[in-house]
Amino acid sequence: MKRNPAKRNAEPARRSITVPQASNRRFYGHGIPNVDLNRLAGKLIVVEGADGSGRSTQIARLRNWLEGCGHATVQVGLKRSTLVSEELNQAQNGNILSRTTLSLFYATDFADQLENIIIPALKAGFMVLADRYIYTLMARDLVRGMDEAWLKNLYGMAVVPDAVFYLNVSPEELVQRNFAKNHALDYWESGMDLGLSRDMFDSFMKYQELVAREFRRLQTVYGFDIVDGNCSPDGINMALQKKIEVVLKAK
Amino acid sequence: MTKTFAELNFPGRLIAVEGLDGSGKSTQIYLLKRWLEQQGLRVFFSEWNSSELVKNATSKGKKRELLTPTTFSLIHATDFADRYERQLVPLLRAGYIVLCDRYIFTAYARDTVRGCPPEWVRGIYDFAAHPDLTFFFKAQLEVSLQRILDGRPQLKYFEAGMDMRLSADPYESFRIFQGRILEQYLGMSTEFNFSVIDANLPVESQQSVVRELVASRIDLGSFVASNLVPVA
Repeated sequence: MKRNPAKRNAEPARRSITVPQASNRRFYGHGIPNVDLNRLAGKLIVVEGADGSGRSTQIARLRNWLEGCGHATVQVGLKRSTLVSEELNQAQNGNILSRTTLSLFYATDFADQLENIIIPALKAGFMVLADRYIYTLMARDLVRGMDEAWLKNLYGMAVVPDAVFYLNVSPEELVQRNFAKNHALDYWESGMDLGLSRDMFDSFMKYQELVAREFRRLQTVYGFDIVDGNCSPDGINMALQKKIEVVLKAK
Repeated sequence: MTKTFAELNFPGRLIAVEGLDGSGKSTQIYLLKRWLEQQGLRVFFSEWNSSELVKNATSKGKKRELLTPTTFSLIHATDFADRYERQLVPLLRAGYIVLCDRYIFTAYARDTVRGCPPEWVRGIYDFAAHPDLTFFFKAQLEVSLQRILDGRPQLKYFEAGMDMRLSADPYESFRIFQGRILEQYLGMSTEFNFSVIDANLPVESQQSVVRELVASRIDLGSFVASNLVPVA
């Protein structure tokens, strides 16, 4: 019997599709009202890291790979909510918000996406790729002197992800990557609001080091995977895929 | 934080009014403000949900019915934080008497009724010091409801608590919702040392109780605006 070559190619791919097991999930703290987290089939995968750490590249590749493996995938990120993203941008451009306000504004943006995108997607069995999550928000606020217990309570509304990867890149390398892309440093990513230095380059280096330090500390609390972001994009992606495969097969 | 501004050694004092819609609290705080101003004191008035910056997002969320109990709570906390950090605290540092039409207790009551965990809500507002004096205008539920409903107003979706699916009828929903908020207020009254005013009394009688209490609890003489230094 003569085989159809196209069909033969399709066969191994079809065999390899993993159907993730539905599992119970939990919130970090008090959670959110009217939401039942029992038996959610989808998985929540978070990639954290500074601008220039390769986050977007890795997420785009992961999405490609997951979809190739037959998993419906949705992507979320910070400052993308219908509710407040516009106002948040406006406020940031003027740098007129004080720290608690900015923190709560970001939390509102996060909550809106959590309830309207992340949780419904997990219920529908989607793979949710989060381009940053509560850890970035917490690290930024901690650097600005916000109270850790306060932040922990606030983000007790967040769902615990299945995997969190932090792409760790040295400030020196981040500067190079940012310049290669934009030839400019971003005001907020340089922490200019903190008054660390009036020189943007100095401020960027100091700020990124402070954020990285908070991440290392948060890692001991939330136990995420620190990935060496200085490695090649291919190498990093292979490593992430391996770890996500374990998540997909988890019972 | 459970300390008042006085306990934190602020030169200013904060007076808040709380109560249901229709309890007459806004009238009372307005009359209090007039009285203090006429004595030449440094006074500032701030209203719940009035930060220019956050207003846009809040009204969009309300109009399009985008808000869940969690985002409703957070967006109001954002509004409050903006006013607190940029207005209230600096003015209190400068020795003003700040009058607030609604304060954190409004959030405690509403958000809890909407199902947010009470500890979570209280934790979020933990950055705010407590008022030096909190008036709670306690009216019979029916009286408050009548004041609002007599005009047969177009009740707004969230104002009527329609998001909680208490009833398909906005008026019925409003009644149930307000009733639950009243329960929350009554439960907090002792804990937060509310000065309870009988809101069923005539406006003038309430105001005289309010003024007496303010005069006895706050050394008004120390808030006289100096003519030599521009205050604004």
